[in-house]
Amino acid sequence: MAPQILAAEAAASSRSLTITLFLVFVAITLGITIWASRQTKTATDFYAGGRQFSGFQNGMAIGGDYMSAASFLGIAGLIALYGYDGFLYSIGFLVAWLVALLLVAEFLRNSGRFTMADVLAFRMRQRPVRTAASVSTIVVSIFYLIAQMVGAGALVSLLLGIKPGATFLGMDGDTAKVATIILVGALMITYVTVGGMKGTTYVQIVKAFMLMGGALIMVLLVLAHYKFNLSALLGDAAEQSGKGSAFLEPGLRYGVETAGDAAKTFYSKMDLLSLGLALVLGTAGLPHILTRFYTVPTSRIARKSVLWAIAIIGTFYLFTLALGFGAAALVGGANITAQDKAGNTAAPQLAQQLGIDYLGGDTGGAIMLAVIAAVAFATILAVVAGLTLASSSSLAHDFYASVIKRGNASERDEVRVARISALLIGAVAIALSIFAQSLNVAFLVALAFAVAASANLPAILYSLFWRRFNTSGALWSIYGGLISAVVLVFFSPVVSGSATAMFPDQDWHFFPLSNPGIISIPLGFFFGWLGTVLSKETDPEKYAELEVRSVTGHGAH
Amino acid sequence: MPASAERYLEVQRSEEFAQLRHRLRRYIFPTTVAFIVWYSLYVLLSAYARDFMAIKVVGNINVALIFGVLQFVSTFFIAWHYSRYAATKLDPLADEIYNELENGPSAEPAATATDGGKA
Repeated sequence: MAPQILAAEAAASSRSLTITLFLVFVAITLGITIWASRQTKTATDFYAGGRQFSGFQNGMAIGGDYMSAASFLGIAGLIALYGYDGFLYSIGFLVAWLVALLLVAEFLRNSGRFTMADVLAFRMRQRPVRTAASVSTIVVSIFYLIAQMVGAGALVSLLLGIKPGATFLGMDGDTAKVATIILVGALMITYVTVGGMKGTTYVQIVKAFMLMGGALIMVLLVLAHYKFNLSALLGDAAEQSGKGSAFLEPGLRYGVETAGDAAKTFYSKMDLLSLGLALVLGTAGLPHILTRFYTVPTSRIARKSVLWAIAIIGTFYLFTLALGFGAAALVGGANITAQDKAGNTAAPQLAQQLGIDYLGGDTGGAIMLAVIAAVAFATILAVVAGLTLASSSSLAHDFYASVIKRGNASERDEVRVARISALLIGAVAIALSIFAQSLNVAFLVALAFAVAASANLPAILYSLFWRRFNTSGALWSIYGGLISAVVLVFFSPVVSGSATAMFPDQDWHFFPLSNPGIISIPLGFFFGWLGTVLSKETDPEKYAELEVRSVTGHGAH
Repeated sequence: MPASAERYLEVQRSEEFAQLRHRLRRYIFPTTVAFIVWYSLYVLLSAYARDFMAIKVVGNINVALIFGVLQFVSTFFIAWHYSRYAATKLDPLADEIYNELENGPSAEPAATATDGGKA
C-alpha cells in the first residue's frame, strides 16, 4: 500500500518543492545571519551572542543544537526497523540532560566566559590545560561534524530521489553527494563567520520550531489514523513488521541473543550497557552544548533554559515513538529498507504516506515529503553550525589567545582568529567528509558522545567539585579519556573486521565492543584521580574563588 | 566585580557558605546517583530481563514501554523538583552571600577581619 518514495511524476514536483522550501529556509537564515552580524561587535557578541537570550530562546536553541538528523531520521528509522530498541536511544539522550542540569550548566555559566576550557583552566596552569581542552573539543566536534555531513550527503540523494545512474541538474548520485557536503559546509561556515553565536542561535531556534512543528503534524496524523488508540498503533506496527510482539520488546537491535554463542551474546549485551552509559554521560561534555549556557545573562536563566530544553527534547523523543511505530505500520519495513538499508528515510516516507492518505492524494504526499525533507536539511544545518562555532571558539579563545599569545591578544584579534578558525575547521570537515562519504561512519556520533563522557566530563566534574584537583589531573583525565575511547574504537569491530565496519575488508580488531564507554569512561575518571595524586600542585585560594563564584555567580561574566 | 583571594577564602570558610554547599551537594549528588541507578536498572532489564519486559499490561502496551515512559516521567519530575528546591533553598542563600561579597559584610557574626569585600 505504501508507494515507493518519489516514484511517479509527483517526484519531480516534490523535488522542486523540497528545493524551494529549503531555499526559503536558507534565505531566511542568511537574512538573520546578516542582521546578527550587524549586532556582533565584541568578543562576547561573537562567542556568546551578547549573553542576551532568554531562557525559552536558549532552551529552543539547545533543542535545535541537540536534536540532530541522527535523532530525527536515525531514531525514527531505528524504531521503524527494529521496533522498541530505537527507543533506548531516545531515553539515553533525554536522561542525560539531568547531568547537565544538576552538575554542570549553572556552575559553568557562573565561572566561565566563552568555552569549556575557561572552567577547566580556572585554577590550573593555563597553557597545557587549554591546549588539552582545545584538542578534545576539536576532536569531538570533528567526529560529530563528519557524521552529520556524510549523513547529509547520503540523505540528499535519497530525498531528492537521485537513484544510481540517474542525474539531477546534470549531476549523478555521487557528484550530488559531494555537492551537498560542500553546500552544507559552505552554509555552516557562513552562519558562523558572519553571524557568530547570535546568528547561529537564531538558526537553531528557527530549526527547532520547524522540527517540532513538522513532527507534531505527523504525530497527530498518525494518532488520528488509529483514533488515538496507542495500543492499536503498536499492534499494527508489530503485525506489519512480521516480527510480532518481539517488535515491541527490547532485543532486536541491541543486546541481541545469539543462540549457542554465549560470548557473542555477552558482548552484545555489554555493548548495550556501554552505549547507554556514553549517551547519558556524554551530553554534558559536548562542547557545542556547553557553550550554549554562556548565551544567557545569569546562571538562573541557564537553569531555566535547561528546563525548557528538557521539556522540548523530551516531547520530541516521545514524538519519535509515534513516528517510528507509525512508519513501521503505515509504510512497512520492506518499503523503508528498499529506500535505505539503515532506515533513515522512514520519517520522510511516513510523511509522504500521511500526505497521500489525509491531504489529498499524490500532491498532498509530495507536499508533506517536501516539507519534512526541508526540515531534515534545516536540522543538519543548525547542528553543524553549532559544532563549527564551538570548535572555532576553542581554537581562537583557548589555543590562539591563551596558548600562542599567552593572554595578550586583543578582543578584535581574537574574534578575527575565531572567524578564520571557522573557515579552517569547516574546510577540514568538508574534506574529511568527502573522503569518508563512501565509508560507514555512523558510529562517529556514538564515539563523539563516548569521548565527551570519557575526557571532558571527568575533567569538568573534578574541576568544579574536587578541591585537590590540579593541572596534572586535568591533563591525565582529558588525554587519558580521549585516547582510551579513540584507541578502543580503532581496534573495535566498527572500524575493521566486520561486514558493517568502516574498512570491511581489513581486520585488525581485538576489542569486542562497538562502544568504548564502559571501559573508557571509568578510565577517564581513574586517570583524572591518578594524575592529581601524582602531582603536589594545589591552589586552595583559586579553588575558593572557583567554588564561591560557581555557586553564587559572584564575578560572573 | 571580583573580590580578593583572601575574601573568597574567607567566604568559602564561612558558616553560611558551608550551609549553601551542604544544601547543594546534599541534593545534587544523591539525585544524580539515584537517576543513574534508575536508568541503569532500565538498561539492565532491557538487556537481561526480556521476559519481564515483554509482559503485556494493557492491550499491546508492555512493561518495557511503560518502563521507558517512566524514564521520561522521572526526568521531568526531577527537573521540576530541582527547580523548586533551588528557588527556595539555594537561591536566597546564594543571593545573600553574593550581596555580602558585593557590599562587604553586613552585621554578620560569622565574618571576622575583612578587606571590605571590594577588590
